[in-house]
Amino acid sequence: MEEIVQSFFNREIAEAALPIVLAGLLNTVLLSLLVVPLGLLGGLMLALVAQSRNPLVRWPLMAWVDFFRAFPPLVLLVLLFAGLPFAGLELDGFTCVAIAFFLNTGSYYGEILRAGIESIPRGQVEAARSTGLSGLQSMVHIVLPQAVRNVLPDLLSNTLEVVKLTSLGSVVAVPELLYQARQAQSVTFNATPIVMAAVIYFLILWPVVRILSRLENRALAVRG
Amino acid sequence: MSNWDRFTDAFFNAKVMAKYLPDILSGVVLTIELAIAVVISGLLAGLVLALVRSLGIRPLNWLIIFVVDLFRSLPPLVVIVLIYFGLPSAGFSPSAFVSTWMSLALVLMAFAEEIFWAGIVSTPKGQWEAARSTGLGFGQALLHVILPQALRLTIAPLTNRTIAITKGTALGTVVALHEILGMASSAMSNSYNPSPLMMGAAAYIVLFLPVVVAARWIETKFSWKR
Repeated sequence: MEEIVQSFFNREIAEAALPIVLAGLLNTVLLSLLVVPLGLLGGLMLALVAQSRNPLVRWPLMAWVDFFRAFPPLVLLVLLFAGLPFAGLELDGFTCVAIAFFLNTGSYYGEILRAGIESIPRGQVEAARSTGLSGLQSMVHIVLPQAVRNVLPDLLSNTLEVVKLTSLGSVVAVPELLYQARQAQSVTFNATPIVMAAVIYFLILWPVVRILSRLENRALAVRG
Repeated sequence: MSNWDRFTDAFFNAKVMAKYLPDILSGVVLTIELAIAVVISGLLAGLVLALVRSLGIRPLNWLIIFVVDLFRSLPPLVVIVLIYFGLPSAGFSPSAFVSTWMSLALVLMAFAEEIFWAGIVSTPKGQWEAARSTGLGFGQALLHVILPQALRLTIAPLTNRTIAITKGTALGTVVALHEILGMASSAMSNSYNPSPLMMGAAAYIVLFLPVVVAARWIETKFSWKR
């Protein structure tokens, strides 16, 4: 028991590692604040283009989305970080994470927003257009607000996954929470910093999981 | 040499590809084994937890909810690192394969439990009462009446979640598991050529694209009727 406390909940090491781990937390927050809007933006672009009825637009778009949903994000990240330098393009870890997330999470957000837009009856657009709103105006003021509300649980759930996914940054030396904790662990030969990182992730994300759990149960109960 | 030749020489170098093909293929085999292990154990454990939860034993349910919430909020990579680098100090040293398998199975278990549970809850109470009043026991009602309806509702969300977590097999690279990405990365640094990485990327697409396309089909087939 004593040994377990020493190697997982070591107070001395926790105190020494705290500033390092907290610096990582700050970077995780900043990284999330960058990649979530970036993914949403990518997703919105995909969802809007997907409204086209032209099969020459729709099919390549679907292929694009499925490609990035099939491709593990870590492989994409390694490809950008370790593969691109061979093509003479050297990007730092941070930029690679931003690009990979734009492509990967954008595809997921895109599918969710597309489903949301398609859940709004066509009559809404027709009514909006007949009052004199332009196509863009009716999309922005009539369709999107309702669409987003309809798929809010899915959007929230995906955002949770995106925040968790920022831990991949540790593989390309972005000093986020997991990276910092691993640095502290490799210096101290003690698992306490990793446990600290896990506890921080849990404390921050648990409320989101609770909310989601309620929303999902309700959604399934209504539809079932 | 033109630019194009230089590009193909770097990224699609036939000699390098031929040399490292066996490595990549062994990575593919390991990825498939790991994926199958994760999917079967994760889904099964999730279903068992959801069934136990339906018994309605309070303290047990709190424990289940806590475990589920825990593995829904922790990034899978953090769980892998914790198990692989942390557990040895507790006197148990799991291999890279076991660490990755345990982590992903626990995460899938958590998500699957939540989805199965939502499916069970969504079946109207009257169904339970009707089943019990015809003389079926609790287990019989669950097995023959509730589960078939609940499972149908859960197929689409479950498929998507399972794919997303199974793609996480690539995370095993971080603990030096010799799956596709791990093999491709070490081949790349040995040959100083990115062709093995391109092969690895292609292998992932060959493995997962059909599954994603199938999931799209499943989603429309089992979608909720409004």
